[in-house]
Amino acid sequence: MASDKKFEPTNPTVKWVEDRLPMMGLIYSSLGAGYNAPRNLNYWWNFGSLALFMLVVQIVTGIILVMHYVPHVDMAFDSVQHIRRDVNYGWLVQAVHANGASMFFIVVYIHILRGFYFGSYKAPREILWFLGIIIYLLMMATGFMGYVLPWGQMSFWGAKVITSLFGAFDFVPFIGDGIVEWLWGGFAVGQPTLNRFFSLHYLLPFVLVGVVILHVWALHIPGSTNPLGIDAKGPYDKIPFHPYYTAKDAFGLGVFIIFFAGFVFYIPDFLGHPDNYIKANPLVTPAHIVPEWYYLPFYAILRAIPNELIGVVAMFASILILFAMPWLDGSRIRSMRFRPLSQFFFWIFVVNGLFLGFLGQKAPDDILLASFDVTDFSRVSLTYYFGYFLVVMPLVSRMETTKPIPTSIAAAVLEANKKG
Amino acid sequence: MMKNINVKGLMATVVGATMLVAASNANAADSTAMHPERNEYTSAGIFGKWDIPSLQRGFQVYQEVCAACHSMDLVAFRTLSDIGYNEDEIKAIAIEYEYETIDGDGEETFRPGIPADYFPAPFANEAAARSANNGALPPDFSTLVKAREHLGFFSSTYGEDYIVALMTGYEEDVPASAPEGFELPEGSYYNHYFEGNAIAMAPPLFDEMVEYADGTPATMHQMAYDVANFMAWASDPTMQERKQMGLKVMLFMFFFVILLYFTNKRVWAKVKKGEDIDPSKI
Repeated sequence: MASDKKFEPTNPTVKWVEDRLPMMGLIYSSLGAGYNAPRNLNYWWNFGSLALFMLVVQIVTGIILVMHYVPHVDMAFDSVQHIRRDVNYGWLVQAVHANGASMFFIVVYIHILRGFYFGSYKAPREILWFLGIIIYLLMMATGFMGYVLPWGQMSFWGAKVITSLFGAFDFVPFIGDGIVEWLWGGFAVGQPTLNRFFSLHYLLPFVLVGVVILHVWALHIPGSTNPLGIDAKGPYDKIPFHPYYTAKDAFGLGVFIIFFAGFVFYIPDFLGHPDNYIKANPLVTPAHIVPEWYYLPFYAILRAIPNELIGVVAMFASILILFAMPWLDGSRIRSMRFRPLSQFFFWIFVVNGLFLGFLGQKAPDDILLASFDVTDFSRVSLTYYFGYFLVVMPLVSRMETTKPIPTSIAAAVLEANKKG
Repeated sequence: MMKNINVKGLMATVVGATMLVAASNANAADSTAMHPERNEYTSAGIFGKWDIPSLQRGFQVYQEVCAACHSMDLVAFRTLSDIGYNEDEIKAIAIEYEYETIDGDGEETFRPGIPADYFPAPFANEAAARSANNGALPPDFSTLVKAREHLGFFSSTYGEDYIVALMTGYEEDVPASAPEGFELPEGSYYNHYFEGNAIAMAPPLFDEMVEYADGTPATMHQMAYDVANFMAWASDPTMQERKQMGLKVMLFMFFFVILLYFTNKRVWAKVKKGEDIDPSKI
């Protein structure tokens, strides 16, 4: 049952501090027993706290790596190797950081799709959703710049390909002309590029922390959604975050750490590209330039469109369209549990997204089936991607027959219990 | 209902994973190189340990054969303790090498190597290396095994296997199995495992090329295997430490997660079943 407990310290020193700076009370009422969450959250709700955990892991390991890393075109590659070979436990910190980026994205993708499925973007959580998209965009930028820092072949050529995309805007008067040179800080990807990427890669995570605080703040206004998507109102609909969700999150975190450690200790290079073990060489272009796996669906969208400008716009639009979701989805019911048709299209969307990622890794002219190549499939796939947002979501959400929703969370719990 | 959803989620994940699996086998389509055979290494698997005698033999092959053309810039003599040499042995290895230096009088001179030195490069720079090798640049060995390792869900190429296959994959004449219209450029050699099949490196290993200190017969395949093992160590010297720590972390985490599971179960016991709910108030 929900509690309205406030943080009331008995220890006089703690009370003295709390009276002057009520910070412990703030934590108590946002992540402790003072925060009430719906009682029916399932394991998909673990991924928010896992994302926070990953952000902290990345910042801590990143700060340690910076103590040994040298952001210089002639030394960056060797300094990473120095970290792996000579620094005490440097191999561990480096592997955690490199794989941690992938883990962060895995967790965040699940967190975002959780939001899709259970309608977390719908009123009154629109701003919470927007802040989440901003976090995701910042992560993309941070991850991209971080991947450049080891200055391997894929670092260098990835940086070159992605920054060159902005050349598509060269028709814009005054700024368009030199936008790529401006990003590079020169006429090629070089020392100034590496240095600014290093600077921003160190800065953006702290910006992320700021936006995450806003995200958590915005979360606490309406509170968490829940698998039923109905508002938690009655006294028995909610339970205190601590000990219930701290215990549940701790268990989930343990399972996640096993998954994470499996990569770090046994297959630390599985998610990386072998070419990044070759020092960057501006004169040798790798056979296939591919970005990190977490960008692949968007890379596939970019390549599927023959016009470079439209391709770049489509790539950015594919993420920015998330901002419109609260209005594209017109259903008065949040959770897709009660929206069978939406649910069906959602799972196709998930599979389609993974398929786009698969296509992003292939060469554009690889033949996949009969005479259809990767580009053909990418076009079909990207049509569904945008079709899902622009056609399926607005129509299905407004037209489908929904299933009856329970009257309250507590009632649903009792009902489920009766059934066993 | 919840079970229902989880099953669907699982299905989608499985479908997705299957497609990613297919993706990881990507390079096959346009490749002219054969897929290297998998050899056995004591370093493989979660309990992997270095095969010290093989590493030492591989080091001998590196010193006597490969080092004539290939540098290994990031490996210092002191790290040879990993592969079973003691301090005196390492000093003795290092002292065999000469390093240019400037003495107290400002004169250029040479000094013997010390354990803190790195393996010296055989050529002064890239241009010198290319001019001595028919225009080709012999790659540095420091990270080469890692740079040739393509890991996938079903099909992987391991760096060591690639090295062994490359060392032993030469043909004297262009074979019938060569890609259509293949022509061997001047100064190149045919190799089954090299992308494009024309490699600038002459066949580097022959039977009995070195005399192993431990008396192992030095067949071409044995030397290739040993040097691949040695190069794998050079690329990833912390492998053994990593896997040993991994085992401890995993054992601890599995135990700890079981505790967390029961803690969570206990905490939720009443609330889960809704025993705290007063039906008249909902």
